[in-house]
Parts: sequence; C-alpha cells; structure tokens
Amino acid sequence: MIRNPKDLVRYTPEERANHWLGGICFILLALSGLAFFHPAFWPLTQLFGGGVWARILHPFIGLVMALSFLSLFLRFRALNAMTPVDKEWLSRMREMVDGNDHNMPEQGKYNGGQKMMFWAIAVCLLLLVVSGILLWRAYFTFPVELVRLGAVIHAFCAVVMICTIMVHVYAAIWVKGTMRAMWHGTVTRAWAKQHHRVWYRQVTGK
Amino acid sequence: MALQSLDIARSSATTTPPPSVRQTTEVAKLIDVSTCIGCKACQAACMEWNDIREEIGTCSGVYDNPTNLTENSWTVMRFAEVEEAGKLEWLIRKDGCMHCADPGCLKACPAPGAILQYANGIVDFQEEYCIGCGYCVTGCPFNIPRISQKDGKAYKCTLCSDRVAVGQAPACIKSCPTGALQFGSKEQMRDYAEHRVVDLKERGFKEAGIYDPQGVGGTHVMYVLHHADRPQLYNGLPADPGISPLVHLWKGFAKPLATVAMAAVALGSLYHYVTKGPNEVSKELEDELEKEDAL
Ligand code: HEM
Ligand code: SF4
Repeated sequence: MIRNPKDLVRYTPEERANHWLGGICFILLALSGLAFFHPAFWPLTQLFGGGVWARILHPFIGLVMALSFLSLFLRFRALNAMTPVDKEWLSRMREMVDGNDHNMPEQGKYNGGQKMMFWAIAVCLLLLVVSGILLWRAYFTFPVELVRLGAVIHAFCAVVMICTIMVHVYAAIWVKGTMRAMWHGTVTRAWAKQHHRVWYRQVTGK
Repeated sequence: MALQSLDIARSSATTTPPPSVRQTTEVAKLIDVSTCIGCKACQAACMEWNDIREEIGTCSGVYDNPTNLTENSWTVMRFAEVEEAGKLEWLIRKDGCMHCADPGCLKACPAPGAILQYANGIVDFQEEYCIGCGYCVTGCPFNIPRISQKDGKAYKCTLCSDRVAVGQAPACIKSCPTGALQFGSKEQMRDYAEHRVVDLKERGFKEAGIYDPQGVGGTHVMYVLHHADRPQLYNGLPADPGISPLVHLWKGFAKPLATVAMAAVALGSLYHYVTKGPNEVSKELEDELEKEDAL
C-alpha cells in the first residue's frame, strides 16, 4: 500500500528478506549460544526443545547466518566504504548521541557509525564461523589447543556481536521513521533529508 | 552413571551449592606401573562390570588393543618401548580418567549437573544430562572423555562410583592379578605408594616417585612410576598437567563480566532513550517539503 508516492525507496524486497533472514538467525544464535555461555542463561535451551537440541541446532543456524550475511555483505559492501567525511562524523559522534545532530556532516546512504557497525559485524561473523567450526565436535576434530583457542574467540566475538547488534537495533528504534525502511522498504523524504542528505540529493536529483 | 547422592562436592554449570551434607572419605586408585604386566584383565573387567563392549579390532602391530580410549573402552593399556641406559624398557601404563581434584571437564561443562564430583573425589558424568557439546574434551588436560557416535554423549571411567558408593572396590582393582592396582582412601594409597617408591629406589630406580600432579589439585588416580622425573616416557603422560590458561580465560571471571557488559548495553540504550528522547524527523524539514510540493 503506497500512502505517499513521493516516499523514497531505501531497500528492495530482496534486500529486506535477506536482512530479516540474518536477523532471525542472529536471534536464534544468540539465544541458543548464550545458553551454553553461562548457567544463568541455561533456561534458554527450553526455547529450542532442550539442551541437546540447542547444541544440535546452533551450528546449523550459524551456517545459514553466515551465508545470509555473505549475500548481504556483497550487496552493501561498496556502500560501506569508509570516506574522510565518515571519519569526521565519527569524531563528532558525541554530538549525535547527545541528540544534537544539526551540525553533523552530510551523509550518504550510510553514516560513519553504520559503516563501522557493518565492518564490525563482518569481522565478528567471519571469526565466529571459523571458531564455530573448530568447536563443532559432532562433525570435526581439531587439535585440542586449537579448539580451546576457538572457544575463547567464539565466546568473545559472540559477546561483541551481541552488543553491536543491540546498538544496531536501538539506533533503529531511536531514530524515528527508520524501522519502516526494513519493514516495507520506504522512508519519507524528510527523514532522508535530515539523516542522509547526500543520499537524498542523489535519489531525488535535488 | 546416575547416583542419587547427598555427597556432591561440585556440579557442573551450577552456581548454588549442590547437596553436600554427607561426609565421605576421599578415595584413590593407585596404579603401580612397576608391577603391571599389561595383561588387560582390568580392561575386560571394566567392560564386564559396566556392560559395555568394544568392537572387535585388528592388531595394529603393537600390544595396544584397542589403540585408544573410546566410549566403550574407559581404560586402555598403553605400551611404550623406551631405551634407558642402553637397555630396553617396556613401560606399560593403564590410561583412563585421573579423577582430578580440580577437574577441567567439569569446569568447561555448560550443562547443569552433567558432571559431578563427589565428596570422595570421584568425577562422574551424568549422561542423561549431557548435551554432547564436547566441552569436557576441550577442558580435560589428559584427553580422556570420548563422545559416542551412537548417542552423542560423553563417556569415561566412573571409578565404579556405583561400586564405591556401596563399599566395593572398582572392578579393575578386583581383576588385577599382580596387585599393581590398589584402592582405598587417598591417604592409605599415598602411604602405600611411598613404600613402593622406597622399594624401587632400593632396586636402582633413583627417580622413582608418585604421580599425583598438583597442577590439577592432585588426582584420585595416582601412579607409581619408575621414572617419575619424566612421566612423558609413559606414552605422553603430561609432566605438569593443569587446566589450560585458555580454558581458565574462557570459563573464568571474563564470563560474568561479559554478561554484565551485555546487560549494560541494553540498559544503557534504555537510559539513553528515556533521557534524550527519540530522534524525530524535524518539523521544519517536513513543512519545507510540504511547501515545495504545493508549488
Ligand atoms: C551471530 C553468530 C553467532 C553467535 C552470536 C554465537 C554465539 C555462541 C555462543 C554465545 C556460544 C557459547 C560459547 C561458550 O560457551 O563460551 C556458542 C557456541 C557454539 N557455536 Fe556459536 N554463535 C554464532 C555463530 C556460530 C557459527 C557460524 C557456528 C558454526 C558454524 C557456531 C558454532 C558453535 C558451536 C559448535 C558452539 C559450541 C556449542 C555447540 O556445540 O553448539 N556458532 N555460540
Ligand atoms: S582426567 Fe579429564 S575427564 Fe578425568 S576428571 Fe580430570 S579433567 Fe575430568
């Protein structure tokens, strides 16, 4: 349903589907992974049908997530290349966080923070896949010192990833008018002009 | 082995005290390598008492059979041929769980109650709670636990916890024809071992000694070795075993800290929203665009 034909298309249906597949995988991975992480989270195994099922499912969901992110990565890699403007944006992030974004440098489709997020997730996920395979005892056997290192890396990257995604989700909640970009793909022109002015000019030709 | 018990000293992935009112004596198995003849009666007795059967294997060219611990072979004899002072020595070591005082398997296990340590020192896997992740293998400094291909559960020597609980010695002890295997309180076993060491030293094994490695807090399976200065000679028995620093890092204080960090990010976001308010699209911009449209 198009309410306003002048709204701007930010994501195609394929991009949105890809993003949600990754999002769903992440939630399932975080819940099942945390269950093994600390006894405080153990009850989360119930969501997967018990500890054994959580153990069986987690690595397979991990593989789906890795493939889904690979596809997302190839789609958005170029748009997330860092530029000097991004560096400036990042150096003045305090103002943004304080809710004072009037003087922030103009941004393309993504701002410096979003780009950092993109690369952080890419690196974490790569490390999670590699270390996850080291831990996958049902199918693989690696030298035990390597598995121990894998366990530390996997747990560490999982925590970084979970924190990063929480910030990612919060940013989308905080900046009003953002969620709809991932729900149905469009944003208002005012939203675009305020938060991503360079991109706004590119797509509207103004 | 499940054993409903009131004498649990430690329980895996459990942050509150396990039932522990019952006081029991610390026990130990002593393996006197110098009097072992490698007959494997203990291997047979272990399978028989525990009702497990190893697949019929093939001869690999040496006496080791089976060649490794498996989910069905909780103890195996390892044979090493080493040359000492120009003479061949055939060192035979009965391998299996050491029942560490500070067990790496239990430290690593994420499933509540899947690994227990009783007050008597026995470390026992509770397979019905095991999820098959293999973390115990990662945590163990002696490479002992094995994950079954059949049911995905981890298995290892129970020190016949079921027999010990009713005052019986482990099955392997009963079967040993030379007295190389002894069982009793840890104190008794240390006394007995010391007397064996004196004897060995008199016979010319100057470096004879007891293997009760303090890096894992001591073990409830101890060896008398003729070459206690070089335990590696006995098919790679680690000289100074301990829980790997990586396992300490992985399972130590960093985890509660990381949990607090994740909670802080979640609560911090909430605090930010409540204090700074949402980042709305500015009314000015909206009006401006509306004006443009009207033109
Ligand atoms: C967003 C991605 C992921 C997150 C957030 C995540 C999270 C976690 C966490 C928190 C643990 C527990 C670590 C510990 O006990 O210290 C874990 C364990 C594990 N993860 Fe992941 N993980 C992810 C991706 C993957 C991937 C891609 C794979 C494999 C291809 C994988 C395979 C494993 C395995 C094998 C374990 C050991 C427990 C088990 O057997 O399931 N994970 N994960
Ligand atoms: S030898 Fe390995 S399996 Fe046995 S108690 Fe020690 S850490 Fe656990």
